[in-house]
Amino acid sequence: MTVQGTADRKEIRVLQLYPRDMNIYGDYGNALVLKRRLEWYGYHPVMLTYDPGDEFPTDPDILIGGGGQDSGQDKIQADLLGIAEKLRGLAEQEVPMLMICGLYQLFGHFFETREGFRIQGIGVLDVETYGTDNRLIGNVVSESEQFGQIIGYENHSGQTYLGSGVEPLAARVTTGEGNNQNDDGEGARYKNVLGSYLHGSLLPKNPAIADFLIDTAVHQKFGERITALQAPETAGMTLKNLTDQARVTAATRPR
Amino acid sequence: MSIRLPRPASVAVGKTARLVTKLRGGSGSAFPGLVVERLDPQFLARTLAQLPRGVVVVSGTNGKTTTTKMVVELLRGQGLKVFTNRSGSNFTRGVVASILGEVGISGKLDADIAVLELDEAHAVHFVKAVNPRYSLLLNVMRDQLDRFGEIDTTAGMLRTIAEHTTEGVVLNREDARVAAIADSLRSQEVRYFGLDPSLRKHFPSDDDLHATTAAVEDHEPQAEPAAGTSADSLTADVLLTGLGTQEGTFQLGTERVTSELTVNGAYNTYNAAAALALVRLILGAETNRTALLESLRTVAPAFGRGESLTVGGAPVDLVLVKNPAGFRLGLSSFSADGVATMIAINDNYADGRDMSWLWDVSFESLAEQGVALVSGVRAYDMALRLTYDGVEIAAVEPDLAQALDTFLRENPDTPRRIFCTYTAMLALRKHLGSYTEVEAFN
Ligand SMILES: [Zn+2]
Repeated sequence: MTVQGTADRKEIRVLQLYPRDMNIYGDYGNALVLKRRLEWYGYHPVMLTYDPGDEFPTDPDILIGGGGQDSGQDKIQADLLGIAEKLRGLAEQEVPMLMICGLYQLFGHFFETREGFRIQGIGVLDVETYGTDNRLIGNVVSESEQFGQIIGYENHSGQTYLGSGVEPLAARVTTGEGNNQNDDGEGARYKNVLGSYLHGSLLPKNPAIADFLIDTAVHQKFGERITALQAPETAGMTLKNLTDQARVTAATRPR
Repeated sequence: MSIRLPRPASVAVGKTARLVTKLRGGSGSAFPGLVVERLDPQFLARTLAQLPRGVVVVSGTNGKTTTTKMVVELLRGQGLKVFTNRSGSNFTRGVVASILGEVGISGKLDADIAVLELDEAHAVHFVKAVNPRYSLLLNVMRDQLDRFGEIDTTAGMLRTIAEHTTEGVVLNREDARVAAIADSLRSQEVRYFGLDPSLRKHFPSDDDLHATTAAVEDHEPQAEPAAGTSADSLTADVLLTGLGTQEGTFQLGTERVTSELTVNGAYNTYNAAAALALVRLILGAETNRTALLESLRTVAPAFGRGESLTVGGAPVDLVLVKNPAGFRLGLSSFSADGVATMIAINDNYADGRDMSWLWDVSFESLAEQGVALVSGVRAYDMALRLTYDGVEIAAVEPDLAQALDTFLRENPDTPRRIFCTYTAMLALRKHLGSYTEVEAFN
């Protein structure tokens, strides 16, 4: 790969929400994949983080967030409500976002615990989540019209139901449960905000979603589209072949 | 089944089941335990209750097997007859099976003390049936989350073990969740093992990882202990103060001792500190210092945990990795310089099915040397992980036996290191048996 001075590359600012408390199942991988793929598409990624009490970074181009322990969710919930207006504004401006698991839930209207206690979310996504006694754990394969097969791993006891203001990220789960045990959907989408229960990490094995986030950001900021990916080869295989092999394996593993 | 047989009969039934399983080529581990457990649920409690020095439990997510083996050898060095669950089967049934292998038909176990390695979830059931006299709780790291839920749940399990312990509990003061268990203990004596602050950078915790890899640009582990604790405010009975190549310096109470070690790597050395703290608690003033230090020098790691074999005149090291903290410790404990590296990742039940943990380990320390071979069921997941970290890979071969053959053939003269998950390790050891003598597992 030709090394270009990073200074003359166009900047894309990637903001990780609450990485200190909300990144339990390899959510870091999503940040790393965005960083590397931005480089391989010829952009200069600027990786930003926001934790409770921080000043909210200006002009983020992509936002991502992950899952956490219950204790982690308690820590960030009040802070999240404090930046809700900013996040709603960014969502309305069609800024691309990917929220996994715990932050997917808190991007909805509320999480109701089994005892009936409601933890308020920020309502960017028209979804509601209910705590249950069943932990849904295991490999997931799902079908999405836009992204094709989405493959990941779920581990959650909250079950999420979609309102009319969102569509599922993947309409049909073929292995696993997804949002809940009663319908076939996985995740949710409003404008360019994606919510999902899938870790894996999600983006390494689902580059279509990574490229959607990147392409949307690049289009909004510079009015251009991403072109060819200049990724290194591995053991004589292109990154695409390697990724396809990893997807084939993951899709055939037991739940 | 609700049949209740008198004691000698249940022993005989179990022994027969054990023999039958062995003849059928099984490991002789889980099945006979199940039979006796169903026939006579009190079997375990009754047999272990006869031991004059009672039962000791070792639990935690990382390092149980090696630490248990160390405790056993340190106690044997003190002249005690020690019963332990050596089969590598951590479950209550495995313990029952081990007992059946050693009791006479009378049901009496010929030992002074039992030292048992137990999985967190199974230990909870076990300690309710059999109160341990002492317990040693090592750490709570991301592991088996797909089975048990979350880290806080696992910490709760260790707390239950401590609460059911009658005499004394040894805790890792460097692990905030483990150290906090002391809060719910009233009657038990609590002791800690710990690290000198200067060594903490060698042992990044999961919490540190989350705080640091968060900023993708910054991969330095934090030198601070887990957030929310002040580990230094707790006095450790045994403190690891120095790490050398096959050498460790320990503060034992008021005495500082530097010892050669047979175990290698930072994490095995820290496990030795944990084992020393437990043995000092069990024996107190009875401890024979000379014998203790002699045992410390010679104790070997458990199979697969930093195990070294020789193939064709050059060493092959197997390093078991099963969670991010363990993998990071494995990478930082052993330099990649001049070593050919293979990584084998399986996702069978015993390995954990969730691959997300690979993304919580930084592999940048391998970037300079590259990786010779990536193998296992999830070879392509691992290869993707390395590629996104900028690590070059010479070959990917999911089949473990083929990968091992290639790896050994193409790297004949250099030291070789294989990082592998649990079931990958079992398969590789089996195949290594066709090259060299490998100690039987089970
Ligand atoms: Zn999650």
